[in-house]
Amino acid sequence: MDFSFSEEQRMAAESVRQVLNDHCQPAALRNSLAGNGGQDEARWRALLDTGLAGMLLPESAGGLALTEVDFVLIAEACGYYALPEPLVEHAGIAAPLLAAAGAEPTLMERVATGEALLAIGHPINPLVADADRATHLLLHAQDEIHLLPASAVQLKRQESIDPFRRLFSVSWTPNTSSRIAEANTTPALWNATLDRGALFTAAQCLGLAQRAGDLAVAYAKERKQFGKPIGSYQAVKHLLANVQVKIEFARPVVYAAAAEIGNADAMSRARVSHAKLAAAEAADQAVRSALQVHGAMGYSWEVDLHFYLKRVLALTYAWGHPAFHRARVAARVFEQPLGPDHTFAREHSHA
Amino acid sequence: MDLTYTPEQQSFRHELRGWLERHVPDHPLPSFDATREGFEAHRAWERTLAGGNWGMVTWPREFGGRGLDLIQWLIFEEEYYRAAAPVRVNQNGLFLLGPTLMEFGTPQQKARFLPAMACGDEIWAQAWSEPQAGSDLAAVRATAIREGSEYVLNGHKIWSSRAVFADWAFGLFRSDPNSERHKGLSLILFPLNAPGVTVKPTVRIDGKKGFAEIFLDNVRAPVAHRLGEEGAGWSICMATAGFERGLMLRSPARYQHAVTRLVELYRRHAHEVEPTTAAAVTRAWMDAESYALSIYATASRLIAGGVIGPEASTNKIFWSELDIALNQTALSILGARAELVPPASEAQEVDSWLDDYLFALAGPIYAGANEIQRNIIAERMLGLPR
Repeated sequence: MDFSFSEEQRMAAESVRQVLNDHCQPAALRNSLAGNGGQDEARWRALLDTGLAGMLLPESAGGLALTEVDFVLIAEACGYYALPEPLVEHAGIAAPLLAAAGAEPTLMERVATGEALLAIGHPINPLVADADRATHLLLHAQDEIHLLPASAVQLKRQESIDPFRRLFSVSWTPNTSSRIAEANTTPALWNATLDRGALFTAAQCLGLAQRAGDLAVAYAKERKQFGKPIGSYQAVKHLLANVQVKIEFARPVVYAAAAEIGNADAMSRARVSHAKLAAAEAADQAVRSALQVHGAMGYSWEVDLHFYLKRVLALTYAWGHPAFHRARVAARVFEQPLGPDHTFAREHSHA
Repeated sequence: MDLTYTPEQQSFRHELRGWLERHVPDHPLPSFDATREGFEAHRAWERTLAGGNWGMVTWPREFGGRGLDLIQWLIFEEEYYRAAAPVRVNQNGLFLLGPTLMEFGTPQQKARFLPAMACGDEIWAQAWSEPQAGSDLAAVRATAIREGSEYVLNGHKIWSSRAVFADWAFGLFRSDPNSERHKGLSLILFPLNAPGVTVKPTVRIDGKKGFAEIFLDNVRAPVAHRLGEEGAGWSICMATAGFERGLMLRSPARYQHAVTRLVELYRRHAHEVEPTTAAAVTRAWMDAESYALSIYATASRLIAGGVIGPEASTNKIFWSELDIALNQTALSILGARAELVPPASEAQEVDSWLDDYLFALAGPIYAGANEIQRNIIAERMLGLPR
C-alpha cells in the first residue's frame, strides 16, 4: 500500500507544466484566439516534443508503455492551463483505444508521435471534439467501432460557449474496411475508453478548480476595499477555504481512480465515476466562488476567469452526465460489499 | 503507487480480526460518560486490549506498542470499527497527548506516561479551553507560577471531555504572568485527584456528563511534568492540534462503518422514503470514501518522511460536515420515529442514530471551530492576509 506518486511521475508532470507555463498563459490563450481560432501550433509542437502523444501506447506501437497514473498529473496540468489543444483526448483517451482495437503499425507509429491525430466519437458524447484537426476519427456505428480518415467524413461545427472548444457533428458511412472492432469486442473497448475519458476529464476539472482558486486568491490579495485587501475579510477567506476543502477531497479520488482503472470492474468504475463527480463539483464551486471574489470584474471578458469557468461548464457534462456517474456509484454502493476492508478490493464475484 | 495491501498487511488484519472476534464484549458497554461503572468497564477493556498488545500499535514496543506504521494503524482502526469494539475512553491521551509526548517529551516523561496510557492505567483529559478562551485559545488566563522545583497552578478550565472520571489532564497555562497571547504559555500535566483540583461535571445536550469544568486552586505540579520548554506551550499545542485534525482523532473507518449501517437502514425503508434519499446515501458513501482515500494519501506521505501542515484543517471541516449529513440522512429515513429514545418500544430502530446525530452536531465546534479552521486554511495554506 503506497498512495503516492514516484519521483519520475512528478518530474514528468513538472516538465509538462513547464511547457504549459511558457505557452499557455492567459495572454497566449488570447493571442491564439485572435490569430488562429484558439489553436497555437508552436504550443502543440512543444507539447508533442516532450513525447507525450504515445505515453500510454505499448512499446511495440512506438509508445512509452506508461499508465494512467503516469498521465493523470499531466491531464490535471492541462486543466490548470485550460489547454485548447486535444492532448488529453488524443494521448490519454483515443490512442489507447486504437492500440487496443488494433491498427496498422505504420499508423500507430504516427499516432505515437502525434503526426497522426485522433478524434473520438464515443457513444456517450453527442459530438466529436477537435474533429477538424484530426487525421483519423474513431467513430461508433451500432455495435462496432470504425476508423476513418478525415477525408471520408463531413464535419459541421457546433459552436460552444467555450471559445477554445471545437465540437463537430460528423456525417459518414460505415463500411466493412473501416471497421476495427466488431460487436463482441466493442463493449469492453468502449467501456475502457469511457473510463479513461471520465478519469482524465476529472483530472482536468481538478486542475481547473485549482486554477480558479489560485486566480481568486491572487485577486483577493491585491484588490482593496474599505482600505484593506478583500482577502483579509473572513467572508472572502471562508469562501476560498471552502473551495480548497472541495479540491483536497476530490484529488485523492481522482488519483485512486487512475491507479485502479485497469481493474475494469464495478469497484473501479464507481471510483472513476466518483472522481468525475467530485472533481466537477469542486470545479463548479471553485469557478463560481472565484467569480464572486472578482466581483463585477470577474463578469468582464477582460478578466481571464471566464475561460476556466466555461471549460468547467463544458467538461461537467462531457464523458458522462453526472446522473450517469451517480448511477454507477449507486450500483457499487447497493450491490457490492461495503466497509473499509472493501475500499481497495476488487469486484465481488458471485459464485 | 500501489493501492493493494501487502501480504504482511493482510496477515496483520487477519490476526487482529481473529483476536477482536474472540475478545470484543458481546454486549455494548455502558456509556463512559454517564457513570463511574461505565467508565471503569471501558478501562477494563483498555487493559484487555493492552493484554493482547493492541493498546497503541504505532508506538514503540518499549512504550506498550508494536512499532507499526500508519497504514497498519489505519487497518487497526478499520478492524476495530468492524468489530464494533468499545469506544476508546483514553482517546485524548492516546491520540492527542501520546503523539505530542512522542515528539516533545523527555525520555523520562515518555517512560513515565506512555506505557500507563497504552494500558489504560492512566486515562487522560484535555484542559485547554477556558470560559474566556474558546476559539481564542491564546487568551488563556490560568497560571503556572514557578516556585522552586514546582509550578503552582491556578485557574478555571472548561469543556474538558472525560474529565469527570479521568485520572490525569494536560493543561495549557500562562507560566509568565506578564506575557500576552501566544507567548509565555506552557503545557503541564497534572493528576485530577491532586489537592486543589475540583472537577464539576457539565451536562451535555444529550443529558450525559460528557465533559467537565476543572477548577485549580494552588495545585502543585513538579517541573518535570512540564512538556517541552517553558514558554513553548503554544507551538506544542498547535502540533497536538495538528495530530488531532490531521490523522488521529477521526478515523475514516468510523464513517465508513456508519455508511454501511446507513445503507442497511435505507434498504429496509427504500419503499417509503422520498426519492432523493438514495442520492443522499450514495453521497454519504462517496464522502466517507474520499476521506478514507485522503487519509491513506496522508499516511503514505508521512511514512515517506512528510509532515502534517495546515492542510489538516481541511480534514476537520470535511469529516465534521460529512458526519452531520450522514446522520441527518439516517434521521430522515427514520422519519417520525427519529425522536424516540429508550424505553419507547418503537425506539429500537433508532439505534444509535439519534446519539450519533447529536454528537455530530458538536463536530464543527470541538477541536477548533470550523470557522477557525477556515481562517487557518485561508491564511496558512492560501496565504491570504490576516
